Amino acid sequence: MDKGAAELQTKELTINMGPQHPATHGVLRLVLALDGETVVKCTPYVGYLHRGVEKLGENRTYLTALPLTDRLDYIAAMANNQAYCLAVERLFGVAAPERAQYIRTMVSEMSRISSHILWLGTHALDIGAMTVFLYSFREREWILDLFEMLCGARLTTSYARIGGVRNDVSQEFLDSLYKFTDEFPKRVEEYETLIDQNRIWLKRTKGIGVIEADEAVNWGLSGPTLRGSGVAYDVRKYAPYDAYDKVEFDVPIGKAGDVYDRYRCRMEEFRQSNRIIRQCIEKLPTGPIMAPDAPKLTLPPKDNVLKSMESMIHHFILITKGPMTAPEGELYTAVEAPKGELGFYFVSDGTGKPYRMRVRSPSFVHASVIPRLCEGSLIADVIANIGTVDIVLGECDR
Amino acid sequence: MTEPRLISQAIAEGMRERFPSEVKEIREFRGQVSVIIKKERLKEIMEYLHDTPELCFSYLRDICGVDYLGRKEPRFEVVYQLYSISHRHMIRVRAEVPEDDPVVDSVVSIWDGANWHERECYDMFGIQFRGHPDLRRILMPEDWEGYPLRKDYQLTSDLGDKEWKGFREILDLSEKNKAYEL
Repeated sequence: MDKGAAELQTKELTINMGPQHPATHGVLRLVLALDGETVVKCTPYVGYLHRGVEKLGENRTYLTALPLTDRLDYIAAMANNQAYCLAVERLFGVAAPERAQYIRTMVSEMSRISSHILWLGTHALDIGAMTVFLYSFREREWILDLFEMLCGARLTTSYARIGGVRNDVSQEFLDSLYKFTDEFPKRVEEYETLIDQNRIWLKRTKGIGVIEADEAVNWGLSGPTLRGSGVAYDVRKYAPYDAYDKVEFDVPIGKAGDVYDRYRCRMEEFRQSNRIIRQCIEKLPTGPIMAPDAPKLTLPPKDNVLKSMESMIHHFILITKGPMTAPEGELYTAVEAPKGELGFYFVSDGTGKPYRMRVRSPSFVHASVIPRLCEGSLIADVIANIGTVDIVLGECDR
Repeated sequence: MTEPRLISQAIAEGMRERFPSEVKEIREFRGQVSVIIKKERLKEIMEYLHDTPELCFSYLRDICGVDYLGRKEPRFEVVYQLYSISHRHMIRVRAEVPEDDPVVDSVVSIWDGANWHERECYDMFGIQFRGHPDLRRILMPEDWEGYPLRKDYQLTSDLGDKEWKGFREILDLSEKNKAYEL
């Protein structure tokens, strides 16, 4: 038998995973070269969801390109709308009124909670803890109901507007949201009782997919994926936008840079987001929700459109031709979306359409780091590594 | 604390001092500073920005291409958004790339994160990155013809009412396979 074993040949095995695979969170395809159970090489293929958002943006006016951003990170559309509107506002040199800023901060944090909840549920499901999924979707449903109450849509919200938000928040909405913030921290504790000290969970996450701080920065990671490695980079603190400089919150960071620390970061972000939402409701100032100084950029209130000739002309021109007076220049604006740094880079040539619209999506960068995390690890950890970088392919492929 | 735009301006001036023949122009818009450079010594400039301790641009936010067809010569630009997490300053570097020689040096050896951004730039604009470890199309199918984000890329089909050639192939194949039908 000994002789036989010595002559035994081993061969690398190449297997295909995806694009239709429940654990790839969309249409990610990985080609894995395996030596036994060890991943020798991992090659991701993306682009299955490429819709040419950047090209579409170039051929639409600044106003009509807004709904495209819902379809980037469709789990957190509010944050995408906010990023787009902020970028266009800065390009045009207008600012949303204070009330709109608070509302946008509030809904963006709601979308962070909803995005992290989905991440937690599916990530746990992927690596064998099914119960969390059922609990987390209970709260996600709650948030989506609140979105529906606010703007009529659950996923593709298109709620933020250039220069403000579409409609004001009702007292009923604020009351329900406040009730949610009362309840939510208890629910987070509930999730934690399920997995935080769970032995299987710890075995599957501790020391897996480790990336050191320097390397994480070098890869351009952002959001909780970067903070899990101990880098406290958060756009909300480094370059505050909207109302983030008026609310108090902490930026949770990890230490080890493994799957577990990134999980801990997101769990703490639940609490911080909850804190921000509460402060926004408490401090919500009164006033207009659209920038009044930009009639050539923002749509006039619907009431006026029906009554006043001038408003109707503005409305018509804005919809058909777009804003007329875009200054020439270029601008990069980033926000802290739930997945990481979401940036818009506009090159404007002075017309109503952007000459170039570039979307810097965190998921694209995070997908590129998957081979680095997977190579040399066990095949079972591939799933944990895909989950931990938190990608959504709509945003990755654009 | 100094105003961010002044810091960026100072960095841009520093680049001009260090590479006087390479830096063509410094532009500012809404407090953001871009440095337009020639592409020949791009890698050297990037290494300077990355390695100098006072600058420490360790974080590459983004690389993207821009096509200025008919508006500007050279036609293309590759735009690098750089940020320093430790110093909290930013700069934008725009490297000019002519149409007849669309090749720039890859910066993957400086920032790992540049890998996919450069592949996307190649995919969308046909700009080659010299020294890139794996320059393939990324978002478009690998046999795709043309570069979609170029301004002269045709948006509608040139077939008009004519038949798509793939459709003819399918019909021919089914004709050929008829012999095997029961």
